[in-house]
Amino acid sequence: MDATLLFFLLLDALQNGVVYGLLAMALVLVFAVTRVILVPIGELMMFAPLSYVWLLEGQLPGTLYLTLALLGVWAFLERRLPRLGVRILGLGVGLFLLSFLAKGFALLAYLASLALVLALGVSTYRLFFEPMREGTVLSYLIMAVGLHVAFQGLGLVFFGPEQYRPDPLLKGEVVVGLSRQALLVYGFALLVVVGLYSFFRTLYGKALLACAQNRVGARLLGIRPEEGGRVAVGLASGVAGVAGLLLAPLTNAAYFMGFMLGLKGFVAAILGGACQLPHGLLWSLLGLLV
Amino acid sequence: MKRVLAALLVLTAAALGQGVLKVGVVVSATGPAASLGIPERNTLLILEELLNRTRGVAGRKVQFTILDDASDTTQAVRNTRRLVEEGVVAVIGTTTTPASLAMIDVVAEAKVPMISLAASKDIIHPVDAKRFWVFKTPQTEELMARAIVADMVARGVKEVAYIGFNDAYGEGWARFFEAEAKAKGLQVVQSERYNRTDTSVTGQILRILAKRPDAVLIGASGTPAVLPQRTLKERGYQGLIYQTHGVANPDFLRVGGRDVEGTFLPAGPILVAEQLPSTFPSKRVALDYIQRYEARYGIGSYSTFGAHAWDAWLILRPALERALKKADPEKDLAAFRSALRDEIEVTKGLVATHGVFSFSREDHLGLRFEDAAVMVQVVSGGWKLIRTFR
Repeated sequence: MDATLLFFLLLDALQNGVVYGLLAMALVLVFAVTRVILVPIGELMMFAPLSYVWLLEGQLPGTLYLTLALLGVWAFLERRLPRLGVRILGLGVGLFLLSFLAKGFALLAYLASLALVLALGVSTYRLFFEPMREGTVLSYLIMAVGLHVAFQGLGLVFFGPEQYRPDPLLKGEVVVGLSRQALLVYGFALLVVVGLYSFFRTLYGKALLACAQNRVGARLLGIRPEEGGRVAVGLASGVAGVAGLLLAPLTNAAYFMGFMLGLKGFVAAILGGACQLPHGLLWSLLGLLV
Repeated sequence: MKRVLAALLVLTAAALGQGVLKVGVVVSATGPAASLGIPERNTLLILEELLNRTRGVAGRKVQFTILDDASDTTQAVRNTRRLVEEGVVAVIGTTTTPASLAMIDVVAEAKVPMISLAASKDIIHPVDAKRFWVFKTPQTEELMARAIVADMVARGVKEVAYIGFNDAYGEGWARFFEAEAKAKGLQVVQSERYNRTDTSVTGQILRILAKRPDAVLIGASGTPAVLPQRTLKERGYQGLIYQTHGVANPDFLRVGGRDVEGTFLPAGPILVAEQLPSTFPSKRVALDYIQRYEARYGIGSYSTFGAHAWDAWLILRPALERALKKADPEKDLAAFRSALRDEIEVTKGLVATHGVFSFSREDHLGLRFEDAAVMVQVVSGGWKLIRTFR
């Protein structure tokens, strides 16, 4: 093995490692706050670029209808809080309009697919995990695996068996073997680490941490653990969605590809101790390099 | 509703004093092979409509019973058993090689002729007691490998590398391509594998590049075939890149974009039907099929895979007509099935969309290399015919 070969392999490992690391951080975030191992995060990650491709061509993806349906059920469940219900419905309408307008506009389609994945993630959490409030880690895991299977099947129905490749945001290469798009991925990973680190220094972040450490105690201090869970899942879906959108031009996207990425992200999360955020990223990089 | 309609159809046909010819079909309309199976199913739907609008075969209505195997071997076998029990005169299908291989046992035991739509040579070779009942329409890897190697030799390639799927498709190609290449004096300097679901093949490509081959063949199908080619291009590979006929669908061009420009691949002649010289035997039949398919499913919707199902019917139809003179399926189904098999085997010079079929006792593929394969290049996002072997 000569030096160039080593260099290329290292770059390749770095790119994969950063993606696993991002997923690991998202998984750790959700697990710490809610005790849910969010297995379907890989599917959420793939739904973002696939929906993007659909929206850009002016077609409404199946994920949009799924999200709207879930939001509708959520609004129905909150019928005793009409203000929240109306807000949820408003979100659904906004999402639909955004998707409708996104044809041909890359930026709008990016935003719409990201919003779609965010709404899908949070409403899934609300509808499937919140009702099993006092569940054990195992029962949460069983639900998560069920959702993963369902999402993967739906992905096949919505997007078909073939792969898709959206255009990269930045074309060209910095040096041979390192594309500008890959730099974007690294930049985003760094941003997420710094962003989460500073987020947990704010009052809101501290409330989230309090939920993670002691739900009863947090509730006594006036923090709503459910809301903490929604925020955590929302952040995680957002991270996964952006990572998926940035990664898809490099590796293609297809309905079946999320699971492997999610699984490796999970391994990285375990290596990182499943509790401390930046560690997941570091460990995944280290594991890949070794 | 469908069942009621089918029953009505049977009743009307019976009232006319003639029975219905039941043809069983198994295709992979869902699952990983769906992009091949769906056009096959669509083709048979067109056929059924066409046949029943006209007089059918020798005055008898034809009824296709189309079952989906979900790209699953067990389901394909179960479907075949069901069709045999329902009294079909022949079975068309299925889309994938492993499932077709598994169906052989069932049709051989029940003595029902079968026309497979899958690629591998193992389905019909060697013609033993079981494969006695089995025919197939798509070109084998062996035939297509011959086309690739002939093209490589003509372009002065000396050293060649191979990267293919880590499954039956990739292994089959590796076996036939490497044998053919050696026979024609090419040197295979590197042979690599990858998974359909891989997101990176950098390691394998770097090992190939280290050997500096004149050409690389990618033994993969559908959109996952883009990844090695893109990696080759990203690493600055300047040599020739060949793909197999498994990529001959619009999705490959869509995902590949600029990265697959200039690729060479062997294909059934129907892929470039308009560009074929007018002396090419299958041109007229192919254009006829394309026109019918596009009339129903939209311009540009046809694929080479659906045409395999059309060919299966083109073979079956005259054989049915001849067999009907020898035996009556109402009175003695077993004798009719056997007569039908014999009549398929004596088919000679039948012009179809993918070539000219002439079966014999030893050859249940029946395609001649010269009529069944052409070389195609990807030029500005479309397929361009670059040579025929006639």
